[in-house]
Amino acid sequence: MTQESGTGAAYWRANLRLVVFCLIVWAVVSFGFGIVLRPMLSGIAVGGTDLGFWFAQQGSILVFLVLIFFYAAVMNMIDRKYDVDE
Amino acid sequence: MDTQILIYIVVGGTFALYIGIAIWARAGTTGEFYAANRGVNPVVNGMATAADWMSAASFISMAGLIAFVGYDNSSFLMGWTGGYVLLAMLLAPYLRKFGKYTVPEFIGDRFYSQAARLVGVLCLIVISVTYVIGQMRGVGVTFSRFLEVPSEVGLYVGAGVVFFYAVLGGMKGITYTQVAQYCVLITAYTIPAIFISLQLTGNAIPPLGLFSEHAGSGVALLERLNQVLADLGFNSYTEHHTNTFNMVLFTLSLMIGTAGLPHVIIRFFTVPRVADARWSAGWALVFIALLYLTAPAVGAMARLNVVDTLWPGGIGAEDGALAFEDKPDWMVTWEQTGLLVFEDKNNDGFIQYYNEGNEEMAATAEGFGWAGNELVRLDRDILVLANPEIANLPAWVIALVAAGGLAAALSTAAGLLLAISGAISHDLIKGAINPNISEQGELWAARISMALAIALATYLGLNPPGFAAQVVALAFGLAAASIFPVLMMGIFFKRINDIGAIAGMLSGLAFTIVYISLYKGWLFLPGTNQFPDTPEYWLFGISPLSIGAVGALVNFIVAYAVSRVTAAPPQEIQELVESIRVPRGSGPAAHPSAAIHH
Repeated sequence: MTQESGTGAAYWRANLRLVVFCLIVWAVVSFGFGIVLRPMLSGIAVGGTDLGFWFAQQGSILVFLVLIFFYAAVMNMIDRKYDVDE
Repeated sequence: MDTQILIYIVVGGTFALYIGIAIWARAGTTGEFYAANRGVNPVVNGMATAADWMSAASFISMAGLIAFVGYDNSSFLMGWTGGYVLLAMLLAPYLRKFGKYTVPEFIGDRFYSQAARLVGVLCLIVISVTYVIGQMRGVGVTFSRFLEVPSEVGLYVGAGVVFFYAVLGGMKGITYTQVAQYCVLITAYTIPAIFISLQLTGNAIPPLGLFSEHAGSGVALLERLNQVLADLGFNSYTEHHTNTFNMVLFTLSLMIGTAGLPHVIIRFFTVPRVADARWSAGWALVFIALLYLTAPAVGAMARLNVVDTLWPGGIGAEDGALAFEDKPDWMVTWEQTGLLVFEDKNNDGFIQYYNEGNEEMAATAEGFGWAGNELVRLDRDILVLANPEIANLPAWVIALVAAGGLAAALSTAAGLLLAISGAISHDLIKGAINPNISEQGELWAARISMALAIALATYLGLNPPGFAAQVVALAFGLAAASIFPVLMMGIFFKRINDIGAIAGMLSGLAFTIVYISLYKGWLFLPGTNQFPDTPEYWLFGISPLSIGAVGALVNFIVAYAVSRVTAAPPQEIQELVESIRVPRGSGPAAHPSAAIHH
């Protein structure tokens, strides 16, 4: 394996780690808090209903937004670190 | 001023704006026609993507879908936004780096197979044509309700406007008209929502209003809504009533389907750099979220408003119902469309609206001398369009909502038509039939296929197949089961080869089509289904609408297994995958020459 493809592999692993982390958060807030884990959150009241309902109708969308911008920002740093930025 | 004249002025003004933009942003090369010369600012592209993605269904139907079902339909909110996370992290940046013009082109190059490219073209056309029928219908319906012209005339006018800016401007013209259309539709959506939120909760921000105190009763808005629905025998708004497993799969299918829609994916080909594709997905979701955070508020508030209007003398009380002669004007107007229907079953001159399917409620009703629910039909599509009238807003707001509905339908139609024409002129004509076609020749081929696609869409809009609504489920299932997995594997799994990809796509497709057809009928012909489309008969409780996620899984497994037992992709394909994984080298500098060679 050449020096260059070794750096390429490390860059790709860093990207995958970040993607996996973001997708775990993505799944936990929507499928988790919004649907499957909703009964566990039923004790937390939010404006006439519970936290799970809030995640299903607003919270998950807000988290998705933060996730994409977080991913874009961190990827920019990773791009520069491995010297593959444009 | 007369409302009707005002509607004509506002709608006419927006149409003139779109045409003006088209003349300003003409496309002179295929690079401009397919990808706006990759010079679109990521924020601008985000806004255009939002308009591209939010169709007549998002603008007109979604708030109603939430309003009449409540929590269980939150799938639409999470599904249609969560797909952007997948797009931003799994597809958009890499496909931008690949730097070509269409989705089938990537499939063909990555899997070094003309057959794979043609399967991609087929999936793309089925998905996009299905969608476009719904948009053309939306244009026709909006015209007939607001401009009081026959639906067909509305369709011709809408098709004419799209023809003008899409054929002339291609992706470049469409991008900038979509920006204008986004501004129109989001203003039209939020203004009535702000007024309704102020009236009901005193909070000017609808998403906050949804979780605030109800001004009339002093309890939380959602608590109040649950209360009045219980008084009428309806299901609670905030509780979960359906199968949890199916809700998860449905949400996942919408997410994967969203990420696999070709007309959305190609929007990310227009930005200058890979990093811009990532930012742009975020901006797209910002602009989409403005509407998607407002929609559930509109849904809940409109439902409460309708109940309160129909029960002025106490919710569900014996003498609480509204008299037929006291119906507000908006109800009278909408009755003329047939989307709102009342029937005085017990001839008492009052409208009793309640859930006659609830036994306890039916018994109470019988004691009061009621003969059944008298609000026979309340089409979910009314809610958003009638919102300004329900809230007594001035005529210009009504005009704006009409223009907004048209903007949502036209912007999506244009994006779909561009995806179709690109697949025909670039993948079929240049890719398969005549690879030596000149730059100018391909540009003309693209324009002619666009014109033909518009003619087909108009024809199908005028003569919709009886199953138009059903086919939307098929389109999402197909995008989820075919296009998303093959693109993702092409980027993330180097070992997937041509045979694996084709086997995966075909098995994902076949599985999804068979499952949907078993419940909805083969080719959607009535009576050809093997099982009734009800939860008792669904395999493991999975609705045909939710099967796309399972089809995607089938695609992944088959592609992986088949690739493992067949030859690895050639060295140059492995290098292609390596190169799309790193951002460097995507720069716009490559494109003037690309425009000449393509």
